[in-house]
Amino acid sequence: MMRSQVTCHTSQVKVKGLVLFLTCVLCLAAGDLFAQSISSSELINNAKLYEGKVVTFEGEAIGDVMARGEYAWLNVNDGQNAIGIWMGKELAGEVSFTGSYKSRGDWLEITGIFNRACLEHGGDLDIHAQAIRKVRLGRAVSERLNTGKRNMVFILSGVLCAVWILKRLKLK
Amino acid sequence: MILRPRLEDVKAIGYYLGRIILALGLAMLVPIIIGMSAGEINPIFDFLIGAEISLVFGLILIKLCFVEKDLSWMQGMIVVSLSWLVAMLLGAIPLYLSGHWKSYLDACFDSMSGFATTGLVLAQDLDHLSYAHNFWRHLIMFLGGQGIVIVAISFFVRGASGAFRMYVGEARDERILPNVISTSRFIWLVSAIYFVLGTLSLSIVAMLNGIKPFNALFHGACIFMTAFDTGGFSPQSQSILYYHSLPFEIVTIVIMILGALNFRLHYHLWAGNRREIFKNIETRTFFATVLIIFGVVAFGLMQVGSYPKAALLFRKGFYQLISGHSGTGFMTIYAAQFANEWSQIALVGMICAMALGGAVCSTTGAIKMLRIGIVFKALKEDLKRIIMPERAVIIEKFHHIKETFVEDKIARSALLITLAYLGLYFLGTIVGMLFGHSFANALFESTSAAANVGLSCGITGVNMPAALKFTYIFQMWAGRLEFMSVFVLIGFIVAAIKGKK
Repeated sequence: MMRSQVTCHTSQVKVKGLVLFLTCVLCLAAGDLFAQSISSSELINNAKLYEGKVVTFEGEAIGDVMARGEYAWLNVNDGQNAIGIWMGKELAGEVSFTGSYKSRGDWLEITGIFNRACLEHGGDLDIHAQAIRKVRLGRAVSERLNTGKRNMVFILSGVLCAVWILKRLKLK
Repeated sequence: MILRPRLEDVKAIGYYLGRIILALGLAMLVPIIIGMSAGEINPIFDFLIGAEISLVFGLILIKLCFVEKDLSWMQGMIVVSLSWLVAMLLGAIPLYLSGHWKSYLDACFDSMSGFATTGLVLAQDLDHLSYAHNFWRHLIMFLGGQGIVIVAISFFVRGASGAFRMYVGEARDERILPNVISTSRFIWLVSAIYFVLGTLSLSIVAMLNGIKPFNALFHGACIFMTAFDTGGFSPQSQSILYYHSLPFEIVTIVIMILGALNFRLHYHLWAGNRREIFKNIETRTFFATVLIIFGVVAFGLMQVGSYPKAALLFRKGFYQLISGHSGTGFMTIYAAQFANEWSQIALVGMICAMALGGAVCSTTGAIKMLRIGIVFKALKEDLKRIIMPERAVIIEKFHHIKETFVEDKIARSALLITLAYLGLYFLGTIVGMLFGHSFANALFESTSAAANVGLSCGITGVNMPAALKFTYIFQMWAGRLEFMSVFVLIGFIVAAIKGKK
């Protein structure tokens, strides 16, 4: 009798443990799903589906950080499209590099409310950022001299001079 | 009997083509200066290579084909049609060397899109493009909008009659001043003054919107060039949506409308004849078509509830409409939104706007307002003839600088060009459909290419089949030159193959 009670208690503990473990796994998975970023194409092509929802979007900060009073606009490109991010000035201050010919912008993870046709911003498709995480710091890109192009310029300069001299000689 | 072209025809064409190529080569010095001021190295090499190839090619043609005779009509037309193709090939060299275009064909596509003031883009990673290359994209749009030949006529071509023949070949049959060289220089004067004013306005707005001064000036100049020349390229991949700014949109709308007006009308406005703008058939037709088509677009957008508020609907709908109608192609929405969120009726409205275009002797493409106005007047005259008693004398007039009667000859000419454009729109539509696109999307993209607009519903992309790229290049070229020069070139090639000595 005692033995069967102990066995029953042990199995109850095991079941509870299993339930607790599964709950933890599910919570972690749900957290992962929530944090998983959505591509710009997915957002643009299914804008109605994501309208008004909190989304996570990742990409490179490009162009200028455009300050507008206490807020700022920053455009973020994930390699497919760039999307405008509306954020507080303090969040914008965390951006160190923006992408251009001479720099790679910070790679940012933005969590915020997605707007298909933003009421506040004239119907723009945008994201109002709630949090920003810098995934990778940007960097200045140093331009390496392309010797092949340089040599081509010298060769063509020679050809151009020769053609021009020939033309002048003929005219004389 | 078709006669084979003579050697002197080929020489005259080669000589004038050489001079135009020289002008193009010298134009590449401008991005070199921009690149130097931005401290870029490799982009400068790209443009030096492009400029040197152009100059060598141009000098060889001038030397081999030297003639002193003026151009005939046929030669002038062929010079024009060939110069646009050669400009595309040479203008694409620095673009391709930048590494931002997947193939030389893609670079040629963007080069033709630039020269023809279309605005369809195949560039990769545009947000990391150098200042020099970005400026070149916008400069070729400015040169193309003014007319490549106008550039050459203004500075490099002697002989007024030959210049006039090339001027007409470039789809500009209106002389503002008695002499075509003076006309070309007037067009430059107008553009230069607007350039200063427009660039300043846009730069100030950009700075107020938080863009750094150097970038604000760069964006101001680039956006002015493509707005006034109704092209549609922009320095960033998001087009005008990048700026998130109502004032910026308003300034670009004003510049786009100025670009869509006839240079002859600009001349009269400058001369103090402000009443002309209210009387002119082109401005009246433009105003009427904008109103009607906006009604259609707004109805279409309301039908599917694309925008929750009327103000948003107006801002988005009206901007895309003016951009399409003026042939510019700036966008404040994503290409996919046209296909996914705009109703079929709104898309039909946009297609109509793109197909109609702006004024003749402006920088726009498409059928154009004067022809639409004349066709409408001719139709009205015919309807009156049916309704009124047989003895009634029916006369229909239109006002375009002066009062003109709607004669059969004028109406026929307007209708022929209109039909040619419709044919061109449908050609691209059929090719688009052959590659699996829906009729509406294929018609939208084809009209955008042939009318030199540049709005896209998502078909134009780097993975587009080569045949479709070639089709759109042909449409942009033929649409920009308004067919005549293209037909003459085709005739010349046929004569060279089949003609008798």
